[in-house]
Amino acid sequence: MTEAYIYDAVRTPRGKGKKDGSLHEITGLSLATQVLEALRDRNGLDTSKVDDVILGCVTPVGELGADIARTAVLSAGWAQSVAGVQVNRFCASGLEAVNMAAAKVKSGEADFAVGGGVEAMSRVPMGSDGGAWPVDPSSAFPTYFVPQGVSADMIASKYGFSRDDVDAYSVESHKRAAAAWADGRFSKSVVPVRNQLGLVQLDRDETIRPNTDMQSLGGLNPSFAMMGEMAFDAVISQRYPEVERVNHVHTPGNSSGIVDGSAGVLIGTLEAGKAMGLKPRARIVGAASIGSEPSIMLTGPEFVTKKLLGKLGMTVADIDVWELNEAFAAVVLRYMQALDIPHDKMNVNGGGISMGHPLGATGAMITGIALDELERSDKSTALITLCIGGGMGTATVIERV
Amino acid sequence: MENFKIDVDADGIALVTFDVPGRSMNTLTSSVMDELPELVERIKTDDAIKGAVITSGKASGFCAGADLGDMAGGSLTGGGDLQTAFDAGWKLNGALRALETCGKPVAAAINGLALGGGLELTLACHYRVVGDDSKTQLGLPEIKVGLFPGGGGTQRLPRMIGVQAAMTAMSAGSSWRPNDARGAGVVHEVVAKGSEVEAAKAWIKGGGKAVQPWDDTSFKQPGGGPYHPAGIQNFLVGNAMIRKQSYGNYPAVINLMKAVYEGIQVPMDAALRIETRYFIKTLMTPQAQGMIRSLFLSKQELDKGAVRPAGIPASDAKKVTVIGAGMMGAGIAYVQALAGIQTILIDRTQEDADKGKAHVEELLKKRLSRGQLTQDKYDALLGSVIATTDYEQIKGSDLVIEAVFENREIKADVTKRAEAQLEAGAVFGSNTSTLPITGLAEASVRPEDFIGIHFFSPVDKMMLVEIILGEKTGQAAIARTLDYVMKIKKTPIIVNDGRGFYTSRCFGTYVAEGLAMLEEGYAPALIDNIGRMTGMPRGPLEMHDDVALDLSMKVSKQTALDLGDKYVPLAGAEIIRTMVEDLGRYGRKNGKGFYDYDVKPKKLWSGLAELAPVRINDSTPELVEDQKQRLLYRQAVEVARCWEEGVIDDPREADVGAILAWGFAPWTGGPITYIDQIGLKAFVAQADDYAARYGDRFKVPQLLRDMAAKDETFYGRFTGARAAA
Repeated sequence: MTEAYIYDAVRTPRGKGKKDGSLHEITGLSLATQVLEALRDRNGLDTSKVDDVILGCVTPVGELGADIARTAVLSAGWAQSVAGVQVNRFCASGLEAVNMAAAKVKSGEADFAVGGGVEAMSRVPMGSDGGAWPVDPSSAFPTYFVPQGVSADMIASKYGFSRDDVDAYSVESHKRAAAAWADGRFSKSVVPVRNQLGLVQLDRDETIRPNTDMQSLGGLNPSFAMMGEMAFDAVISQRYPEVERVNHVHTPGNSSGIVDGSAGVLIGTLEAGKAMGLKPRARIVGAASIGSEPSIMLTGPEFVTKKLLGKLGMTVADIDVWELNEAFAAVVLRYMQALDIPHDKMNVNGGGISMGHPLGATGAMITGIALDELERSDKSTALITLCIGGGMGTATVIERV
Repeated sequence: MENFKIDVDADGIALVTFDVPGRSMNTLTSSVMDELPELVERIKTDDAIKGAVITSGKASGFCAGADLGDMAGGSLTGGGDLQTAFDAGWKLNGALRALETCGKPVAAAINGLALGGGLELTLACHYRVVGDDSKTQLGLPEIKVGLFPGGGGTQRLPRMIGVQAAMTAMSAGSSWRPNDARGAGVVHEVVAKGSEVEAAKAWIKGGGKAVQPWDDTSFKQPGGGPYHPAGIQNFLVGNAMIRKQSYGNYPAVINLMKAVYEGIQVPMDAALRIETRYFIKTLMTPQAQGMIRSLFLSKQELDKGAVRPAGIPASDAKKVTVIGAGMMGAGIAYVQALAGIQTILIDRTQEDADKGKAHVEELLKKRLSRGQLTQDKYDALLGSVIATTDYEQIKGSDLVIEAVFENREIKADVTKRAEAQLEAGAVFGSNTSTLPITGLAEASVRPEDFIGIHFFSPVDKMMLVEIILGEKTGQAAIARTLDYVMKIKKTPIIVNDGRGFYTSRCFGTYVAEGLAMLEEGYAPALIDNIGRMTGMPRGPLEMHDDVALDLSMKVSKQTALDLGDKYVPLAGAEIIRTMVEDLGRYGRKNGKGFYDYDVKPKKLWSGLAELAPVRINDSTPELVEDQKQRLLYRQAVEVARCWEEGVIDDPREADVGAILAWGFAPWTGGPITYIDQIGLKAFVAQADDYAARYGDRFKVPQLLRDMAAKDETFYGRFTGARAAA
């Protein structure tokens, strides 16, 4: 089978996903458009050679509805021959887009494909696309649906992570993100977002608080206590009756931030790259997705990692750089606990807690971040994974070439 | 039509009087269902009729709803053929839909209670007027018997008052008084009692519209539908609330939610079809079948004296003495005072007796403040309770109930002193929960009039009374006691004497099994959560705390003494001994038991793991299901043993008694129904499996093996056993 190579990865900085966020006045289409423009312009890409653009988007309604990928292709002035498709695997949509692009390349369907994602959370609120799972009793009941935050709190309760544990994780995330920016580790891939006049609107991730400490985090109220006590704790307790009480440890301070952003990864065959005069940076070694128990919802990365490493004949020790989306601190803590991964190999440049989690784009963003880190630290192999709504997990292993 | 009378007045308004012949209360009998289409057709096609008013011809109220007897008899299940069942279920919805689209204004003049299908009939009218009467209830209580509204209620009510309010009312089965109903938007107008028809006619004459709001093109769902930004919460949170409350044991409430969710997204005709489908599906569940039978039909039969010995003239207790004015005695005094019985409340000191009366006063005040009693009535009832230390006051009592300490000597003394005051024919009842009646009766000079009358605490809330027969208890005493229980509006069951009788004995196995699980290494949280998930009101460990650990230890010790060699020590007995004797943990009463009660909410005691090391701290749905069944099987096996030993002999009493006395998972319809529905063969096989894993306490009596071999059921084999005897 043909191999799939990463030629480039770009991302926008992440803007605070509220009305006072820097990217609130930039449309979601513009974010995706600027990513595609950057991919083209940085690589001197003849876009007519690209077969498909796959963009993850979790709330594909309003301005992000009706196949934002195709709209972005046209808006970016790419060749009209380039197809576009929007995909939704919740929080792993961006990674799924990368995996689908790679699969198209490997199968011979595409010579070049882009996998990426976009989310404008300040403009298209999370959840505004509806969805049967939690609403239709036919799906909500048998799956013990609870909101993700309650799931994350259950993970902390079941696997023994205290409020201090999750807060300490958050402090470290901010510290690492700030250090990474100070060290210029993101400069290779971050494309400043320009406004309507073409002026730079935002060139750095907006939500990092380098001075975050235990004291400031400790004062925050649990985000999901009220919701939990109302009914959802009782629901998840019926699925995990061994837990006496859900300990609500997650706050806005130790959960991923709501942000706006977009990212794209250019993937192609060796031959196509050569013809375009491009140098491959990494090979997509393999990818996998799984489903696991939907009520606790966010422990899927453990299982998809085991599945993928098993398929590839690899072990935890073979991975140099780990990227697990910091959806909630307990998700990462549980993953490290389950797989025995040292913290100094995990999310070494911070993550969703410090820099935010633009749902559909994150997977593509952290793929690029992992690749940059491999190159910077001169390591070989990285595993990128995310926990996903509905109890899924998606993971990808990349290797420098 | 035999159920509906039509009188057309000079204005062309047809007054439809709903009056089912030969019944004291209107229900939607098969005959009514058959006639409804004819009624609607007449209103629609008779040119002389300009509009219609539907009212009841009964003084008892408008309509009490579906005929559950018919339904339990299979009137809507089509013998298992789903299309036939749907067609039968659709009859009502089809007729009511035709009524609201007949093109002429139709108003309901609600003169008295309208429940279930009765209220649903009025919801299909364009206008509802209700007479002002504090006794009138309007509601959809179907959920209480394992059903949900199947006459359009799940579709019309949410369209009238919004999903949240409608779901709250339907999932709780609650009802409204007339003014609350108007406030909630369920009826349009409350008028003086007796003027309902007049007001309904006035609405028609005033140009009342013959179009339901939901048939108007401008209709908007109040509060929004499931994918409306506001409406979504009703479902998101509503689904969770329903699981929280039902533990997934009640298909009715889940199907109710499905009917509302799916129905509200489509026009009314389709919505009603969806409702009927879910209704039929629900009616066919074992849960609905069991609940209708036990919680409605059997309970009603027992309430009406189904197990009263025949041929003994009815008695009417006018004066009853209660000895022992603690919580239990005072509770008994309260319920009987409420039933108009003159009450003597005796204790050893005047102070104790007064304390008991103060409790009665407190309970009466609650009713007064809720408007359930007038001041006059309150004064009279309170005055009917006399607190005293004087046994002479017993004179003239029809019945004496002692509720003193569970101590044979004290009870014997009380018995003698009370009997000295009693006239021939008066009954002496002992409210004991554990001491065998035959033994207590030895202190009596008239053992044929000595009987066990076991109330449950709190008496004002617990609906059951367990009547225990001593060896010598006579038929007359049984009849008089039943008459008394019926008078105070409790549900009686009659059981034979034996250790723990029926209810205490079987309930005890639930608590004991939790202790066994603890000893086996199940995490305490797992044990109590699984207990709650069975549908029992509380987990076995917290229940144990409520009962009190020292008391449970005392009972075990007494049982060991009484049984001698035959005594089988309970699993986990040593844990209890250590907690009580070494650590002073007595349970909720001293704030320390399996839980610590000095924090809120209570928290499992952290030291428990040292006494009972946790080995099972992970669950799978399969493990949970297995252990849920284990807790229910343990109780059901004990019930079967009671049956074989002759403690109980009527499936209705066994089922109703179990649900009302110790909260045996109501969704099962009771332990006997539970066994029957599992099937004797499968039940015996599963119990044998548990016996192999956990011990002989799961061994079923021979009776069950015999029944399994013959493919019998309890209800099949024993229904009417007592009547036949």
